[in-house]
Amino acid sequence: MSLLSIRDVRKSFGSNLVLDDFSLEVEAGECVVLIGASGSGKSTLLRCVNLLETVDDGVIELDGTDITDPRIDTDRVRSGIGIVFQAYNLFPHLSVLDNVTLAPIRVHRVRPAVARTRALEMLARVGLADKASARPDELSGGQQQRAAIARALVNSPKLMLLDEVTSALDPELVGEVLDLLGELKAEGMTMLVCTHEMTFARSVADKICFLDRGRPLEIGPPAQVLENPAEPRTQEFLRRIRL
Amino acid sequence: MKTAGTFVVGTDKPAYEPWFSADDPSNGKGYESAVTYAVAEKLGFAKTEVKWQTVQFNAAFAPGPKKFDLDVNQVSISEERRKAVDFSTGYYDVRQTVITTAGSKIANVTSVAGLADAKLGAQVGTTSYTSLRDVIKPKQQPAVFDSNDLAVQALKNKQIDGIVVDLPTGFYMTAAQLDNGKIVGQLPATDKPEQFGFVLEKGSKLTPCVSQAVDALRADGTLANLQKQWLTAEGAPELS
Amino acid sequence: MSDQAGPDAASPAPSDNGWRPSSLQLERAAYRRQRTLRSGLIAGISTVVLLALVVVGIGSTPGWPRVRATFFDFDRGLEALPVVAQGLWLNIRVMLVCAVLIVLLGLTLAIMRTLRGPIFFPLRMFAAAYTDVFRGLPLLLVIFLLGFGVPALQLRGLPNQAVIWGGAALVLTYSSYVAEVFRAGIESIHPSQRAAARSLGLSHRQTLRFVVLPQAVRRVLPPLLNDFVSLQKDSGLIAVLGVIDAIRAAQLETAEDFNFTPYVVAGLLFVALTIPLTRLTDWVARRQGWYGGGGGVV
Repeated sequence: MSLLSIRDVRKSFGSNLVLDDFSLEVEAGECVVLIGASGSGKSTLLRCVNLLETVDDGVIELDGTDITDPRIDTDRVRSGIGIVFQAYNLFPHLSVLDNVTLAPIRVHRVRPAVARTRALEMLARVGLADKASARPDELSGGQQQRAAIARALVNSPKLMLLDEVTSALDPELVGEVLDLLGELKAEGMTMLVCTHEMTFARSVADKICFLDRGRPLEIGPPAQVLENPAEPRTQEFLRRIRL
Repeated sequence: MKTAGTFVVGTDKPAYEPWFSADDPSNGKGYESAVTYAVAEKLGFAKTEVKWQTVQFNAAFAPGPKKFDLDVNQVSISEERRKAVDFSTGYYDVRQTVITTAGSKIANVTSVAGLADAKLGAQVGTTSYTSLRDVIKPKQQPAVFDSNDLAVQALKNKQIDGIVVDLPTGFYMTAAQLDNGKIVGQLPATDKPEQFGFVLEKGSKLTPCVSQAVDALRADGTLANLQKQWLTAEGAPELS
Repeated sequence: MSDQAGPDAASPAPSDNGWRPSSLQLERAAYRRQRTLRSGLIAGISTVVLLALVVVGIGSTPGWPRVRATFFDFDRGLEALPVVAQGLWLNIRVMLVCAVLIVLLGLTLAIMRTLRGPIFFPLRMFAAAYTDVFRGLPLLLVIFLLGFGVPALQLRGLPNQAVIWGGAALVLTYSSYVAEVFRAGIESIHPSQRAAARSLGLSHRQTLRFVVLPQAVRRVLPPLLNDFVSLQKDSGLIAVLGVIDAIRAAQLETAEDFNFTPYVVAGLLFVALTIPLTRLTDWVARRQGWYGGGGGVV
């Protein structure tokens, strides 16, 4: 049974159909990379998985539970999923350490001292041990994203969703974040990643899914989708971004 | 004259009873309205030549040029005010009174000392306020209102225990404006009796004429008759 | 950071590895120094001249001695000071108590208006109606209605004092303005902040309490402090209910002898009270990242 099972999901915003009968399976420990033009529905898909949007139709199952059921406790589900956005992730009025300990203390009711210890460990893990008491605006973009990842990881999520986390970064900072994601994958974290970084996709992804106008046009291993795409639209897209 | 052929007289709005009637100074009813027309006649003006103007109480005796020939508004003659405006001779001897409602905490007080603990109110800028402050010397800070109407409302609301106001107005308030109004008593008369006078612009040429007219009215008994007609004859208790 | 005057380029910092400015740079620095000196001198001299003209001009008008005696009589001012200051003490107390209540009520209304979900419709409606009504009613009208109107009903259990109802009028009216300020702050927080918070599993209430409100409140402190400076003055309006505040005290003093110096004294006291608050506002605003004028080339 897949960890994450997305079946026939449909989502519109007004008259704009963003996800059209979308289906995808993600196995435990898999890293699936979503690629596609802007507006193709990648971010919306992540937001649907994280229950930040409600689907118009279809089912999303996480670890066997239908999380699209309206009776589900959304806060509970969300605390089992980690998500990192492109920007504005960290809470600017809190220190990095407080950012990371907020959810453990308030949601998971971990004792503050314990939460702090675990947070420091996690920050060390992402290479930010010395920045624990800094404010987010004192960090570089790459450091902020790593902190955001640490914050998401400290809750021991079953699944990590990463939405264009390097797109807003200066090129020289992209590497440190991608390296971290590679390490996470190696440790066995299940990840669903939207990105334009093709090198990363090729080396880390188990599966690549190309979205075109809300549909999963092509799904397959990186070698297949990136080198020998079957669909003409996939070819066109890859051609465009390589230029 | 401010305007040739017209006698311009100022008073406040609303024009209170028993000094005026029905808030219409030109109907000749009410003590001040009647006295004004009597003075105007003595100066050679017909009733139709008298024109009324609204002038706020405190503005009447503030320094500066005036738009009226004469102002009549229960204005007490005082040395300070004389620095700013002219006064005619007084047309009414004023006594300050304390009024209240039946059943209030000062309803049965007989002396000034008994008022010391009360919360009393008066209109801003009046001799009633200065009497309240200097004669009664209350322990609680007095309540000061922009107009007597607001003071009456506050008394009805039991927000104050009593109001200090001149005697005729006190009669009017207790009789007409308040349910169960009661006059507690008149404040002790001072050495120099307070008097209402007509207000004129400082240095006005009319002042001696008006004063003469008032003196004449007093001498021939007109003032006394008008007082009998418009102001309640019954006395009010004296506070010791 | 560069500015017109520029650092004195003639003495290099020790960490600059022995860099010395070129003769071109020295020329530029000298030119700038000279220009600064000249403009400073012109500004200084013209200010002095202007002031002198104003002083002489006003002092020589025929009415000036009268104006000075009527508005700026020092002894009269000193005499009136204790009474006016005591009135001001009422203004201050009213303002402090009302300020706390206004913040509480305003914040509550703002939160009510930003609640999502159909179940909260009545609360949203109430908050919207409240802000519409109380921003529409003139403050003085509310003061009359509550200060004279409610005690007139003589309802059991309700307080009677003018100060209380005047204060209530201030709280009810100002809360509507402050609620809108808070709402603007709340809605200006980027939606990703809420998304990030909810994604961590924080409930709606926890998100509001730990993520949205701390940022929103800090953000709107400058306009909020502005409203409080205004409240300080409006607190005097309750004088119509009979209480004696600084302005009424000044009025009573002035009524004695028509010297307006007590009004000037009251004015000075109010300004003196306002200045610390406005300087505090500027300091807070700068800390919030408002850039402010002065300095910089553009």
